[in-house]
Amino acid sequence: MIRDFFRVLVVDLASGKGKVAKVSGREEVAGGSGLGALLFAKYGKADKPWDDPEQPVIFAIGPLTGYFPLMSKTVAAFKSPYHDQYAESHAGGRSALALRFADLDALVLTGRASSPSALVVGSRHLELKEVHYLWGLDIQESGKLLRRMFKGSGHRSILRIGPAGENNSAMAGINVDTYRHFGRLGGGAALGAKNVKAIVIIGDGSFPLMEGKDYPKLFESVYQKLTATDMMQKYHNLGTPVNVAILNEQKALPWRNLQATTDPNVHGITGERFAETALLRNAACAGCPVGCIHIGFSRERFHTDYRYFYRQVSYDHEPIFATGSMLGVTDCFAVLDIIDVIEQMGLDVMSAGVALAWATEALEKGVVTEKETLLPLKFGQHQTYEEALRHLAFGVNDFYRLLTQGTLKAAAHYGGADFACVLGQEMAGYATGEVFFASQALGLRHSHLDSAGYNYDQTHRDKDVGQAVDFLIKDEASRAFLTSMVACLFARGVYTEELLGECLQVVGYAALADNIGAVSRNIQKLRWQTRITTGFNPAGVSIPKRFTEVTTRKGKVDGEFLLALKGAYARRILAITHGEDLSPG
Amino acid sequence: MKILTTPRLERCIGCHSCSLACARLVHQRLSWDLAGIRIASSGGLSTGFEARTCLACTQAPCALACPTGAYSQRRGGGVIVRKNLCICCGECARACPVDAIYLDPTGDPFVCLHCGKCVPFCPHDCLEMKEVAGGSLAGKAEAPEVAA
Repeated sequence: MIRDFFRVLVVDLASGKGKVAKVSGREEVAGGSGLGALLFAKYGKADKPWDDPEQPVIFAIGPLTGYFPLMSKTVAAFKSPYHDQYAESHAGGRSALALRFADLDALVLTGRASSPSALVVGSRHLELKEVHYLWGLDIQESGKLLRRMFKGSGHRSILRIGPAGENNSAMAGINVDTYRHFGRLGGGAALGAKNVKAIVIIGDGSFPLMEGKDYPKLFESVYQKLTATDMMQKYHNLGTPVNVAILNEQKALPWRNLQATTDPNVHGITGERFAETALLRNAACAGCPVGCIHIGFSRERFHTDYRYFYRQVSYDHEPIFATGSMLGVTDCFAVLDIIDVIEQMGLDVMSAGVALAWATEALEKGVVTEKETLLPLKFGQHQTYEEALRHLAFGVNDFYRLLTQGTLKAAAHYGGADFACVLGQEMAGYATGEVFFASQALGLRHSHLDSAGYNYDQTHRDKDVGQAVDFLIKDEASRAFLTSMVACLFARGVYTEELLGECLQVVGYAALADNIGAVSRNIQKLRWQTRITTGFNPAGVSIPKRFTEVTTRKGKVDGEFLLALKGAYARRILAITHGEDLSPG
Repeated sequence: MKILTTPRLERCIGCHSCSLACARLVHQRLSWDLAGIRIASSGGLSTGFEARTCLACTQAPCALACPTGAYSQRRGGGVIVRKNLCICCGECARACPVDAIYLDPTGDPFVCLHCGKCVPFCPHDCLEMKEVAGGSLAGKAEAPEVAA
């Protein structure tokens, strides 16, 4: 629905009642990322801990959600259990369109349910249902029951947490429609702390469209650009796993806790190997014709006779890096087995894989013993990792309880911080060099998608700190606008500022269309202010020694260049929050 | 006369582009419900997708059930809809054996008109407009052509 304000459903989980709030600010923050920060300022408590019942968990969509292809993502905003600061995590599935058709620009959860509950919202529906019998169930079991319990099949989105979220793991994600996730920074624990096992969003509303032919004509043109050209071919063919072989070749794929950046055994886990041997089919987020979701299978022989069961497991570059190369596992089916356990436990795959990689090296070096790990963790031993992941999700002893709060938290207690692969949070799968390391360590989401630092490394060999930081700041502002629409970042090559302007104009957001640059910078500033108000100090970020021991295509990482980048980037972030001139110079 | 068929729905990825196109181009709505074709997962995304759409009956139960003549039999299968005659009683939707007619909250029915506007928006070529002489079931398996 086109409107110059935000229609926000604010649900008090303690009472089970909700209110529709009319929130102004459309022309200043657009939606999505901007709206998340705006709503956190309104409903969040910067000085209270992440699990204070008053803290909100926010889900926000954007002005173009549902109106154009690939405008198919939702922004989750919350105070993170990982660092007790403001955080954003993004996911697709059906969540964005379901919110659109529930006629909500955002859903805000406040308070704490008195017992495990499922929240059900729709355009004409609000219900908080007590579901103590779902608590403790894994993602698959709870999903089956939730689908049976609630209406709206096909046009609803089911968000749910697993045991990790119930047990306060800062590595707990929120599963979205089985194959997508608000994975990073502990959104699952933020819901778990509220006693929310699941959220069912029923997209049962509809809206009249603008009169005339301009909108359908522009839609068709955008659709053609996204599907008829080869621009998106990368994402629907091999998908993101195409990167595995490429990065390995470029000495940019982290192996065995980043002890190496390339390995000849990569052939067992490349995108090509997955596609040829393990790919069952593709799936898509609602509103996206690309279909980048690649679903493979994990099968288990449970009897000496030929008796099997199988599960469908989605895979991407990041899960393959985190459970494959990072753990020294070089068989695609073993990787799918590990990912499957992570899915069922409701863990974030990148965080969990990287944490276990550190634990393995810590055990090798004698920093910890089997008394702590309970298992003989060893690179390449996938069955041991499957067991360890369950320990991590349930926090079975002091070691796993600490590790599941973040690798550096465990390292601070046991030692081994030098080889903890943490850049703000557990690293993403790109060991491209200094610019990426600085960009993830300081990026707002600590995500490889905050800005294209990895791409900068791949295309620049110079060590010009100012130019690199200019690029990161500018790219971040542009992405902040895209994630306020809320576009899938895979479409960033198609949705230029000019095209976004046309799209906003045609649906009736002329003021936003005319002001994209200023609104982008405003969103960027607001997000950073929110992060810093909740305790982030960019100048205090440290990058573990392991990242300076790496050799990439550019040669050995230059520690001084990395340090200079980090310092300059931190200063620019602080300048943004003070409203200083951001233009590259 | 052509009808919309769904011969390759196993390829469906659940993007809903067809439903959104129908709502946008035929009904001028933003919706995945107010459309002549609706996509649903059959028991979770892991089991694939099904399309709820008109099978182009040659003796359409919905037309027979319609008390005002808003729905009438279409030559070749399916129905012709005259919205101005509709009283939103919902009898058409109740009569449809395959849940192909969607009633909005006011009782306004939405059914496939076999216009084919959704077809080019399917990225996996699941949908096809097929010529029918006397009408046939959409998606029905066809015998292979064999040389005489």
